[in-house]
Amino acid sequence: MRKNRGFINFLFRISGILAALLFTALVLVIAKANPWEAFGNILMGAVSTPIKIADSFVAWVPLILATCGLVITFTTGLWNIGIEGQISLGAIMTTWALRLLQDSGLPPVVIILAGILAGMAGGIIWALLAGVLKFYGGVSEIFAGLGLNFIATALTLWLIFGPWKRAGVASMSGTEPFDMSIWLPTIPGYRLSVWSLALAVASVLIVYFLLQHTVIGLRLKAVGKNYKAAIQMGISPSKYMLLAFVLCGLFAGLTGAVQVLGVYHRLIPSISSGYGFLGLLVAMLVDYQIVWAVPVALLFAALNIGGIQLPIMMKIDSTLSGVMQSALVLFFMLMDGVRKKMLKKEEDLSDE
Amino acid sequence: MNEFLTNMAGVVAAATPVVVAVIGETFSERSGVINLSANGLIVLAAMVGFAAAYTTGMVWVGLLAGFVTGAAAGLLISFSSISLKQSQVAVGFILSLLFRDLAYFLGTPFMVLPGPTVNRFAIPLLKDIPILGPLFFDQNVLVYFSYVLIAMSYYWIFHTRQGLILRGVGEQPISAYSRGIDVNRQRYLYTALGSGLIGLAGPMYSLSIKAGWNGTMTGLDGIGWIVLSITIFGGWNPLRGSFGAYLFVFLQWLGLALQSYWTSVPSQVLQVAPFPLMILTLLFVNIGDTEWVTRMMARLPRGVRGGFYKLFRFLRKPPPASLGVPFERE
Repeated sequence: MRKNRGFINFLFRISGILAALLFTALVLVIAKANPWEAFGNILMGAVSTPIKIADSFVAWVPLILATCGLVITFTTGLWNIGIEGQISLGAIMTTWALRLLQDSGLPPVVIILAGILAGMAGGIIWALLAGVLKFYGGVSEIFAGLGLNFIATALTLWLIFGPWKRAGVASMSGTEPFDMSIWLPTIPGYRLSVWSLALAVASVLIVYFLLQHTVIGLRLKAVGKNYKAAIQMGISPSKYMLLAFVLCGLFAGLTGAVQVLGVYHRLIPSISSGYGFLGLLVAMLVDYQIVWAVPVALLFAALNIGGIQLPIMMKIDSTLSGVMQSALVLFFMLMDGVRKKMLKKEEDLSDE
Repeated sequence: MNEFLTNMAGVVAAATPVVVAVIGETFSERSGVINLSANGLIVLAAMVGFAAAYTTGMVWVGLLAGFVTGAAAGLLISFSSISLKQSQVAVGFILSLLFRDLAYFLGTPFMVLPGPTVNRFAIPLLKDIPILGPLFFDQNVLVYFSYVLIAMSYYWIFHTRQGLILRGVGEQPISAYSRGIDVNRQRYLYTALGSGLIGLAGPMYSLSIKAGWNGTMTGLDGIGWIVLSITIFGGWNPLRGSFGAYLFVFLQWLGLALQSYWTSVPSQVLQVAPFPLMILTLLFVNIGDTEWVTRMMARLPRGVRGGFYKLFRFLRKPPPASLGVPFERE
């Protein structure tokens, strides 16, 4: 019986994925495109050459870093929609530190480290703003976060077109690129940096350890699972929620730092590239389990990379990847709801 | 003076979709269902509405398509939250992203095409009233519709039996149920109606204020989030919510107007000025409820305290008690 239930759960998950694929195929048919061709192009665009596979990992790094932070805030029951802004602030602070230190003659390692630390600080500041607004101002973290996202975008644009203007004319292409000596070194011939990959893996391990094997992790979970019981146990929910904000901001800031140091090597207008929101989707899809986030984030990253070729190959918009990603999470949740409803009915029947 | 009047008439027109969407969200949330997908929904409905009007050549088909898109989204949200008991915030957020990407993906064939728009229609007699005439009655039909909607929705929610039921369903569903009201049916209905109105805001942009469909350059991304916060600012009251919508668009206009006088401030800063303001308003509305303010107030002398209580009570309008909570009969 028990085994049977596991199988049923598995079937529901598969049917969620199938429904999402079917939905995407329908959307493609509406757009007068051949679904098979589109799926094939996405697959080939993500895995056909070693460079493309490496690119999927380049996209995986910021996505899993953002998810690392979000798993912590979700654990305490917080909706940190402000993560996009936290990533941007991280990128801004990293750029600031690099600009300050690039001509100082310090060894590149020191400058890079300073950049990473500054980025983390930036993410933490922006996350704390949302946290303080929630706990000392009564403003829902969803709306505080959204507002702060827009402000962070404006701040980025202002810096690029104002004080950090590129010599000559300011443009949407961003600030002056940094000298190669302070880039995160990449594998020759690829855009992928072993260092960012290592940072991402380390972050996953840290978050796993923090949530599964420490008292702090236990208390964070207690706050999320049962707010009132946590108070009874002498845990201050607001203190631990603020801590969750700080930790999430740290990983968000790191995301921004990695994008500046390892991918763009400058500040660009859309530096967060939507990885924060995509991280929210990943975290929801894996039910806030960081271990599962690793493969799912890789799948989502591959979808992003695979979609890039669509406008050239088939003259359809690359937002198809976004449609697929959100459809996956949506149908997964819907099927999960159906499963729970059926299980409940079954239990009600066996009760009678 | 004349130029200022023209500008203010522009503000009234530009605020119209926001007003309609805020009232839609108010209906949905009053019944206990939060539609967090508003941001993506407005973008999608704008695209669908434009496409429908462009294909048929008829404006009303586009408006209807926008409403239907919204209502369908509302049914999906009610189904997932009421029937399947999934988190409204989660589903709403996912849909917000899905709708936006769908709009950009499916809207490609309709990019930068000249499409039909809603005609201006000055109301005879009323348009000749000094100041008010050019401000409110030399507009298009959609703007007049919004006036009617404001008045009717206010009357409906606060002065009819149906409105009483609606509020009961959002506040105390169990009491409503014990009086023989089908709580979930009410929620389905009002979420569909409310989301339909949010959807209607889409073609109100693409067929009037920001005519046409320009993909990501249409500039509708972000409006839905504003709508959600104005709904809170409005205390789930159509009158206060509409005031919030007009105020918001006025401040946006002010930001743009100041830019020409105040050239040292970069345009990006003034364009986002509404967002810090949005946070500040939510702060003012909610801060009276926080623990530390309550503690501080307890220390104040009685007379001063009373004043503060009054101020906070005026600012603060609590949300429907069962907002986001699924209804269980047992």
